[in-house]
Amino acid sequence: MTEIAVPTGQVGAAAAAVEARGAAMTFNAGRPNEVIALAPIDLTVAPGELVSLIGPSGCGKSTLLRLIANLLEPTDGSLLINGKPASQARLDGDYGMAFQQAGLFDWRTVSRNIELPLEIKGWDRARRRARALEMLELVRLCDFADHHPWELSGGMQQRVAIARALSFEPKLLLMDEPFGALDEMTREHMQTELGRIRAATGAAVIFVTHSIPEAVFLSDRVAVMSARPGHIEAVIDVALGERTELTRGDPLFFKHVTEVREALRAGHGVGGGMEDR
Amino acid sequence: MFVLSLMLAAAMWELYKAIGPETGGKVLGMRVLPKAEDRVMPHVWEMFQRFGRAEVRSSKDTVLEAVVSGAWYSFRIALAGLALGTAVGFGLALLMARFRVVERGLLPWLVVSQTVPLIALAPLVASWGGKLHIGGFTWQRWMSASIIAAFLAFFPMAVGALRGLSSPPPAALELMDSYAAPWRSTLFKLRIPATLPYLVPAFRLAANAAVAGTVIAEISAGVRGGIGRLILEYMREATGDPAKVYTAVFGAAAVGLLMAGLVAVIEMTATRHLRKEEFA
Repeated sequence: MTEIAVPTGQVGAAAAAVEARGAAMTFNAGRPNEVIALAPIDLTVAPGELVSLIGPSGCGKSTLLRLIANLLEPTDGSLLINGKPASQARLDGDYGMAFQQAGLFDWRTVSRNIELPLEIKGWDRARRRARALEMLELVRLCDFADHHPWELSGGMQQRVAIARALSFEPKLLLMDEPFGALDEMTREHMQTELGRIRAATGAAVIFVTHSIPEAVFLSDRVAVMSARPGHIEAVIDVALGERTELTRGDPLFFKHVTEVREALRAGHGVGGGMEDR
Repeated sequence: MFVLSLMLAAAMWELYKAIGPETGGKVLGMRVLPKAEDRVMPHVWEMFQRFGRAEVRSSKDTVLEAVVSGAWYSFRIALAGLALGTAVGFGLALLMARFRVVERGLLPWLVVSQTVPLIALAPLVASWGGKLHIGGFTWQRWMSASIIAAFLAFFPMAVGALRGLSSPPPAALELMDSYAAPWRSTLFKLRIPATLPYLVPAFRLAANAAVAGTVIAEISAGVRGGIGRLILEYMREATGDPAKVYTAVFGAAAVGLLMAGLVAVIEMTATRHLRKEEFA
């Protein structure tokens, strides 16, 4: 690990979790197969806020997530995470990441999977173990610490992946369709769980999804994206207060769902490729 | 089950001896069936009786003793070759996984290396080795055979390990990247553990190759003391003592079986904690 002690930007309580200014991404720039994946994007995510990115396939929502994660370098514009450049934020462990596939390592037990990022960051064994148990408590899987991932259901695996992403207490959680591979019942359960975990940790979340109700149920704001080139079509504020199972039947919830669907249609002719669940 | 299949093989041998043509079968002047006479196909029991008798008329050692000591000698050569081949193969795979340029440049050469006829290579290695003197180190002849064995064994290891090292899905690599993990961490925590399922079949192939390489090297490089040499010597006596050559062949088979057993034990210890379905 390279620890660079030079503070860049103003790191403080006031710094936004994510601040994208004109961040753009072009693949194969200047070559015949050039693809503009993202037109310049402006997006600010406040600390503790949950913002969903929703849009049809190819609208660049995963690309935007990877720019924020510094897994890709933007070809233009700038990205600040907690007030620092994205590359520094990645080195500092400012964000955790969860993917559609839980991506747990089969050869490690559940708790050793959660310890993985801590090992890389050089924590000692006792501290790692203690933290892994705390995280298992958070995702309610205490009894499975010494199981192997393949012994767990899909939903449980995804909870382990979230625990792993949050183990080093990042202030930002990046999720790329994390519940996309789960069945409907598990999915709703996981959405409620995510709300609870978020309340417990206070982490900001950027949540990529294909599902309109999921985006509305989880988010403080929904960023609707459209393709060719990828850009943010509209940002919709969701004012639903605290979410419970009752929220799913709330008329206001349906109003927001319709609002998002119409924004998607406006950006794409029809809301093609969207799931109505 | 194995014993049963051995008995079946012995029974088929004797059956052919009983019904097969004494002088061999010919179709259009080409011999397609072997001669069933005793000089070419001795009885199974004669082969086993031969184990108990003296190796040569003047010696008091039995054939069994000679074959067992030869097999043990060859087994150790093969083992050294397997160890060396595994280390070299894995090392090359690491280099290729780390640097794509190395993979592009090296992989074709590895494939070519396996087409070099060993019969030609073995005497060369032996003569190069013979000229080698570094300080107090003197080249032993058995080392030539180990080198040949390693030359065959490293290939499946290199290819298998390379596939394994590059097997982690993009999401797993992105995950490591998101932790800003250095290459070394990704190697030890992700790539090498993910390689294990690929190493198991590669190691099995390498072990077989090491045994075959040892026997061939002993024959063509003239390494004394091993089972390959015994096969060669007994073959010369085949006209007068046909059962004898088969005792050495059984010895070579025993080396292979011993190696397979060892590999199975290593596999079981290495994959104990892994999901069972991955290893059919």
